[in-house]
Amino acid sequence: MDRIYEKYFRTDRLPHIWCPGCGNGIVLSAFARAMEELGVDQDQTVVVSGIGCSSRATTYVDFNTLHTTHGRALAFATGVKLAEPRLNVFVFMGDGDSTAIGGNHLIHACRRNIDITAIIINNNIYGMTGGQYSPLTPTGKKATTAPYGMIERNFDLCELVKGAGATFVARGTTYHAKQLTDMIVAGAKNKGFSVIEAVSQCPVSFGRRNKMRSPLEMIQWLKENTINVKAAAKLKPEDIKGKILIGELYNTEAPEYTAEYDRLIARVQGGGK
Amino acid sequence: MTKKKNIELLQGNEACALGAIRAGCRFFAGYPITPSTEIAEVMAKELPKVGGKFIQMEDEIAGMAATIGASLTGKKALTATSGPGFSLKQENLGYACIAEIPCVVVNVMRGGPSTGLPTSPSQSDVMQAKWGTHGDHPVIALSPSSIKESYTLAVKAFNLAEKYMTPVIILMDEVIGHLREPLDFDEVKDLEIIDRKKPDITPDKYQAYHGGEEGIPILAPFGTGYRYHITGLTHDESGYPTMAPKVVERMNRRIVNKVEEHKEDIVEFESQNTEDAEILILSYGGSARSAKEAVLRLKAEGYQVGFFRPITIWPFPEKEVGKIAEKVKAIVVPEMNMGQLKQEVERVVAGRTKVLGVNKVDGELITPAEIITVVKGVE
Repeated sequence: MDRIYEKYFRTDRLPHIWCPGCGNGIVLSAFARAMEELGVDQDQTVVVSGIGCSSRATTYVDFNTLHTTHGRALAFATGVKLAEPRLNVFVFMGDGDSTAIGGNHLIHACRRNIDITAIIINNNIYGMTGGQYSPLTPTGKKATTAPYGMIERNFDLCELVKGAGATFVARGTTYHAKQLTDMIVAGAKNKGFSVIEAVSQCPVSFGRRNKMRSPLEMIQWLKENTINVKAAAKLKPEDIKGKILIGELYNTEAPEYTAEYDRLIARVQGGGK
Repeated sequence: MTKKKNIELLQGNEACALGAIRAGCRFFAGYPITPSTEIAEVMAKELPKVGGKFIQMEDEIAGMAATIGASLTGKKALTATSGPGFSLKQENLGYACIAEIPCVVVNVMRGGPSTGLPTSPSQSDVMQAKWGTHGDHPVIALSPSSIKESYTLAVKAFNLAEKYMTPVIILMDEVIGHLREPLDFDEVKDLEIIDRKKPDITPDKYQAYHGGEEGIPILAPFGTGYRYHITGLTHDESGYPTMAPKVVERMNRRIVNKVEEHKEDIVEFESQNTEDAEILILSYGGSARSAKEAVLRLKAEGYQVGFFRPITIWPFPEKEVGKIAEKVKAIVVPEMNMGQLKQEVERVVAGRTKVLGVNKVDGELITPAEIITVVKGVE
């Protein structure tokens, strides 16, 4: 990576704890590139995470960093952002962290449209604990707690957050690293709650139980099984069946929560009701 | 008679909320739960007037989390709950303990376990306040016994939180939470307000969790130029996770000792006639009001009874109760549970005197008569 991005990392904290072949580093480099493109002030930026592999990201990036409890990153981040709206707030979560134990906080952050950018690294599995199924493990895939294959239906994360009220929703992958950077930039610029799902590979806990033993096979799978939403729009439904839609999926405007609260204060202090 | 204008008839819950604002609290995150909801309602109404923020979160867990998050920006932050909600808050309460984030948590105790008696009083979360979150951790818990004290202890709770960089619990009971008494604001106008320290060294030399000589860290608010890491993982002085045994041992002992070693400063209690007492009645919160009445009646009958009320339940006024134990025939402990604080009294007394409980778990307040019966039965 170019030295220009080094300033966003705590190089004294390296090496990181992630396994060889993990996609988290690609997402983190996309994040650093996005920070450079946005020109963020590191002192005025808070990066929050929950618990899990992805959430260790906060150790390595040089911002005001807050590594919280499992599933609760968005609830902590809501406190930070509401108390001090001038701070930029980014949140790293994993698929289990954000949609299982933290599912309630996720939908309500969406509903409030609070100006936070959430980057959800979806590796389809609980990696830190060794490969248990998450709400984003595709039906039929294997996990240590689904040794005969996952029989539950999985969430479509982007549809979920769109339905809950997020105003910017995009899905990228670790194969499409450049687009991932662009999505983080666009998400940060959105005045409201933004979700970027970064589909990633976990060769150790997911791939090797699902006939994709090497990182390369997994990234190849991401390349071949995804289709850009713009390209998909020109194709017949049967041509895109089973493919993962990537790109900017949803972008709309809605009142932002902390700005609404500031207006409320002005109203109350102005003698209104 | 001139009419005093600065008096308001308030509930304990209302006084607690107003005391918090007086302490400088500018953020509240919580979830509705009986019998604490009035605290949230007052904060929702009053905070915007002073430029503060109120948010009703999606659940109790989030209420605790957002409170901690707000505190990290330098704001004084409050959450309030009752039994079931207090259970849900425990994990993040432990986070505030290990990450040393000042905040105040009010638990208006109701009958338990589980949903229990939502509208009835109880004092059965005394031990949960101390041991509810996992792992060894520091605990400060305050117990108001009047409306005025609901106000002043809210201020004290924030002062202690800011001074010792730790969460502080206000262990109120439903009796006090919903009791109405006049509060004379002139009587509480000169309260000391303590704000957390700010770092006085440059960011390059800053170590958030160094703790200094007192063992108390100085956490720079987010956005002030000190970039550091906060984690619930066991960490070193710089804030980064560690598993190095010596550093782990040091951190664990420091966060507990910063409270233990400052007990003299933290501990507060009320005592009456303890010098020549033959029997001591020790009670707190709502029960202490019945205990005080029992003392009056017993004294009128010629009994040599003393009264002791721990205002800090945790840390417990160990030294003071230990001294009294040397002299009295018995210590009677009325409380609305099956003997939770009595156990602590027994530990402190260590066999030097008898300890008798007056315990009630029927959702009703203990009456003075019930206390008097036990005192009169002491041989």
